[in-house]
Amino acid sequence: MNRGIEVILPETVIRVEDLRKSYGDVHAVGGLSLCVSKGEIFGIVGPNGAGKTTTMDCIVSMRRPDSGFVSVLGLDPLKQRMALLKKVGIQQQESELPDRMKVREAIELFSCFYGNLKADTGILSRLELSDKKESYFSTLSGGQKKRLFVALSLVGDPEIVFLDELTSGLDPRSRRSMWDLVRGLRDDGKTIFLSTHYMDEAEKLCDRVAIIDNGKIVAMDTPASLIRTHAFALSVIMGIPDSFCEREIESITGVVEVFREGGKTIARVRDSSAVVGIVKLLVESEIELGDFHTEKSTLEDVFLKLTGKEIRD
Amino acid sequence: MLQRYFRLTRMEFILYLREPSGFFFTLIFPLLLMMLFGSIWGNDPFPGENFGYIDFAVSAFIGMVILTSGIMGLTTSIAAYREKGILRRFKASPISPLLVLTAELSSLFLITVAGMILLLVAGALVFGMRFYGSILEVFLAFVLSTLSISALGFIPASLAPTARSGMIIANAMYFPMLFLSGAALPREMLPPFLSTFSEVLPLTQVIELLRGLWLGGHLWEFPVQIAVLCGVTVAGFAIAAKYFRWE
Repeated sequence: MNRGIEVILPETVIRVEDLRKSYGDVHAVGGLSLCVSKGEIFGIVGPNGAGKTTTMDCIVSMRRPDSGFVSVLGLDPLKQRMALLKKVGIQQQESELPDRMKVREAIELFSCFYGNLKADTGILSRLELSDKKESYFSTLSGGQKKRLFVALSLVGDPEIVFLDELTSGLDPRSRRSMWDLVRGLRDDGKTIFLSTHYMDEAEKLCDRVAIIDNGKIVAMDTPASLIRTHAFALSVIMGIPDSFCEREIESITGVVEVFREGGKTIARVRDSSAVVGIVKLLVESEIELGDFHTEKSTLEDVFLKLTGKEIRD
Repeated sequence: MLQRYFRLTRMEFILYLREPSGFFFTLIFPLLLMMLFGSIWGNDPFPGENFGYIDFAVSAFIGMVILTSGIMGLTTSIAAYREKGILRRFKASPISPLLVLTAELSSLFLITVAGMILLLVAGALVFGMRFYGSILEVFLAFVLSTLSISALGFIPASLAPTARSGMIIANAMYFPMLFLSGAALPREMLPPFLSTFSEVLPLTQVIELLRGLWLGGHLWEFPVQIAVLCGVTVAGFAIAAKYFRWE
């Protein structure tokens, strides 16, 4: 034993190896492997129908995979289902409650499933539902329903929280407060496994991201390194006449490609020194400049590059 | 475990009462019918008998409560629960799905008991209803009846692909039994061929059994009725066990 060096390895809480699941001829998940460490916000991101929900369902024992290995907190979802469900919280993309169940009753009922006879109503204020306590489920707005289901996923004080399409259908303000909530859960020491088809959400919220397309992971890393590896650092957008020679811009070191789009010239560049080069060229040629700004590459660009398709709502 | 079961049962019970149509057709409608027919026929003993109309018909009204909660109540809630993903939400919690169904059945049983109590209280207070049977035997027969009709209700709840088709099947079971088994109309009023047909309806056996016991008979005098109801119970739950889907 080497006592002098203390190696801190992150504890793996979810391990999936070569997961496969088909529905008839449709391969929803085709050989997917991933590991999630304790205390991170891990996101699977991809278009609708990419296999995100099926993957999540197999991990949380809601579906039986055709083949592959899944372990959650050291438990086998198929053989130790109840033990697993006690330790995780699940917010499903599509689920409902009886129309005439009140918010407070739902919290109390689900708390009792986890053995908590006194429901923690603090959870309602955390999700801004305190004033809806006595409202029927059917009278809640879409966003309020979503928040209630997030609350229900938390009543058992889970170690891992699974959130499927957490913010779809929410307005921008609710999205942001949901993100803050998720970050708060991580700060409490919980692990978050979420799925989203919003690239910006994955980029801003997740510590690590798996980009999934057609049931397979096409890339997995932190958002920053995915962008560094697979996309250009910046796009330079210039409102200049198309007569201006693209080839001259292209020849500047660090410029990857130049093209016209929407009446503007766009240059994809690797670093900011290339931007300096472009500015210099534009100044020297004394060209009339309508617009000039740079945009940072996003996960969306990574997705486009890796799959060749645009993600749509 | 027990705590969860009680919470769920109580919740389901409250939810049933909050649904105006379920509340009305299970609890109020049979009571109104009994009041209506009772005010027409009264409860004076029939010539040469020791019982009157209400003593004779109360079993039919109890049968109506059993039928409404067992077929309509069960199908409506289970099929809707499945279609809307409520069962899926329960399945994602550390609770046995079987417990959810048991609680659902228990709450319907409580509803049926409540309906029966309403009928008995009204019968006793308004019409001076007579009772010649044994409370224990009537209660046992009531439990068996409720179980068998609920088991029947599980068939559309399990087999129907959608809530809508479940309701259609449930209606197809409900109305013939309501009108032909003697629940809403006396079977004696039916033409002979319908009366013969009504023999095969489980609710007919329920009402015959309850009425027989009510008027002083004993369980062992009704082997056919008891056998039919046990058979229906086993068959219904067997079909449910094989075909029931959570999603």
